[in-house]
Amino acid sequence: MNAAVILFPGSNREKDVCRALEHASGKAPRLIWHGEDTLPPGTDLVVLPGGFSYGDYLRCGAMAAHSPIMRAVAEHAARGGLVLGICNGFQILVESGLLPGILMRNADLRFICRMQHLSVERADTPFTAQYKAGQVIKVAIAHGEGNYVTDDHTLARLEGDGRIAFRYCDARGQIGGAANPNGSLNDIAGIYSDKFNVLGLMPHPENLIEPIIGGTDGLPLFQSLSQYG
Amino acid sequence: MKARVTVTLRKGILDPQGKAIEGALLAQGLHGIESVRQGKIFDIELSETLVGAAEELLEEACRKLLANQVVEDFRIEILTDR
Repeated sequence: MNAAVILFPGSNREKDVCRALEHASGKAPRLIWHGEDTLPPGTDLVVLPGGFSYGDYLRCGAMAAHSPIMRAVAEHAARGGLVLGICNGFQILVESGLLPGILMRNADLRFICRMQHLSVERADTPFTAQYKAGQVIKVAIAHGEGNYVTDDHTLARLEGDGRIAFRYCDARGQIGGAANPNGSLNDIAGIYSDKFNVLGLMPHPENLIEPIIGGTDGLPLFQSLSQYG
Repeated sequence: MKARVTVTLRKGILDPQGKAIEGALLAQGLHGIESVRQGKIFDIELSETLVGAAEELLEEACRKLLANQVVEDFRIEILTDR
């Protein structure tokens, strides 16, 4: 698994995700500056890390979506290459059009930083093969704009095609209601592209890879990726 | 030439910030305010001298970056034509 982690001005979770990838695969990813216009040859996976690219100016992810490297990332995705966007990375993916919809301000306007349960909707993708479908996992969330919004038609298509990756739930796996932290439509925490090679999610699996820091529920995502293909 | 681009949330899209501002205004005793929607204004200077061409350029700017048309509409006004 050759992974490239893109560093934007204002990214701040790139080291966490590099560590998680190396922990799972034994291979350190390359860190690529957003101003580059090509990915390293042989890149299997591109990761857009969390943070506050361009200080969240204009709209979260809007400026980074136009960084030079994003053209290469779009080409990589069009070829079927894997792309993972976490938190701000998810916001960049929707702003660049690689995933549909937009992440709006949390419904209660608060920045939320806490642990959150998620339901893993399916376990037959390159990102989730090491989970079980319907498994409830506990990971961290930390965002002010995680409220997933899209039009009715797109939402129906996402649901119909099984493209919801994760939903917010409680510890018993009960989806939605008070367990939805930000008002996201259909309790969506993450979605796939139509070919299931691009995943964007608001939660931070990269922060839950070792028992000493609160759990390992994020590790299977990186193990799935490292064992894919 | 100077222009102003106004970006607002589409009708029907929830605007929690506008709602909070609306609540704060009512809490100030400013009754009679029925609703508040928050938007963004961009004041832009252009080297273009033809109004039509300037509007076209700004429309492209809106589509590419200034507005996210999933949830936002935009309005372009030419303020001066030199």
